[in-house]
Amino acid sequence: MKNNRLIWYIVAFVVIVLIQVGIMNNLQFSGLVNPYFYILFILLLPVNIPHYLLLLLGFALGISIDIFTNTPGIHASATVFASFIRPFLFNSYNFDEKEKVLVPTLHNIGFKSFVRYALLMIIIHHFFLFFIEVFSFSGFLYTLIRAVLSSIFTFVVVLISQFLIFRK
Amino acid sequence: MKNLLNFLVRFHHFILFILLEVLSLTFIVKYNNFQRVRFLNSSNAIAGDVLSEVSNVKDFFNLRRQNEKLATENANLRGELLSMRERDFNQLPIRSDSLMKLIPAKVINNSVNKQYNYITLNRGSRHGVRPDMGVMCADGVVGVIVNVSQNYSTALSVLNPRWTINAKLVNSNHFGPLKWEGNSPYLAQLNEIPYHVEVHEEDEVVTSGYSDIFPEGILIGRVVKVGQGKGNNYQEIKVQLSTDFNNLYYVDIIQSMVNVEKKQIENLTEGEE
Repeated sequence: MKNNRLIWYIVAFVVIVLIQVGIMNNLQFSGLVNPYFYILFILLLPVNIPHYLLLLLGFALGISIDIFTNTPGIHASATVFASFIRPFLFNSYNFDEKEKVLVPTLHNIGFKSFVRYALLMIIIHHFFLFFIEVFSFSGFLYTLIRAVLSSIFTFVVVLISQFLIFRK
Repeated sequence: MKNLLNFLVRFHHFILFILLEVLSLTFIVKYNNFQRVRFLNSSNAIAGDVLSEVSNVKDFFNLRRQNEKLATENANLRGELLSMRERDFNQLPIRSDSLMKLIPAKVINNSVNKQYNYITLNRGSRHGVRPDMGVMCADGVVGVIVNVSQNYSTALSVLNPRWTINAKLVNSNHFGPLKWEGNSPYLAQLNEIPYHVEVHEEDEVVTSGYSDIFPEGILIGRVVKVGQGKGNNYQEIKVQLSTDFNNLYYVDIIQSMVNVEKKQIENLTEGEE
């Protein structure tokens, strides 16, 4: 069971990176919408995962994307930040101990919880990412619009993924 | 000591978080130091192979447009050939540019919507590509090679504020640095052109040939707007780039034999100073 899950996560990692690099990075709507759907991998890690592992996986995910987009450090810093915030988001939920081993998919934690959790994570990740990328607050409004539009698009893609893969 | 250990254990995830963030930020800041982060870019073997597969799939949907483009280019070249034939070849001066070789390459990864845009090409050191070579396409200037692996290379595109091109106005021969504005993938700004120079819309902007990267006279774009700069002595000139970066598939890497010689003599002069 444990081995199965490990293999599942390795496959998920590779597939998600490939989808991001192969499809999402090629979507261009006038430079305003850059969906970074790969954050889905961090969303799907088990609730009870040790914090250090979560951070390391976040870093590995970010640096993999960075290698493909020639932006060493930018995605990595954003994913590490999102991974750091993630446990705090769960503090406000009352999962039973039994549920804690679960993967926080839409099916497992319910529509309302999932929307709140996914939306917050995506917004945190995207805002951190877009502002790190510009590395200044000049053109604040433009960056803000980019971050908002991209977050919405990513959220829609993440929701669709939930209905496609994890329905039961 | 025990307290310190307790502290470390208790806050290990926070400490790890800070460490990883600092590491990421170092990558960002140190990026110009290409040697150190050599493996962290898309010219490495694995990333190159994946991106070239992706580009193969994308090509399939673009065949028609590419065909049309190649046909037009062919026609233009044939036209030039015809006009050349009419001249007397013996009177043609020998141009140093004939020592120029072009390495055709395919764009396997490209972006226009980032703050720092890069292009990955499917040619590497095996094909004679070296860092600092210029990249152009049929429409104009594209970028400059920064990283080379055996089979792939990455280039800074014009759409990257880390790079300025030395440009000049065809009509007046005045030159200045040209830099991307950061938003639209079609517009760049030409700086350091003083007020006494008359600049009109539609004026052509080409490479100046003062840098080693590009020979003189490769098209960069056309002037679309001339305005007053903010509080300095130069005009604010907006240039519409002639290369469509949204639609970039085949490019040429410029391998100039003159450069080596030019560099040698320039180094010599600098050494004497």
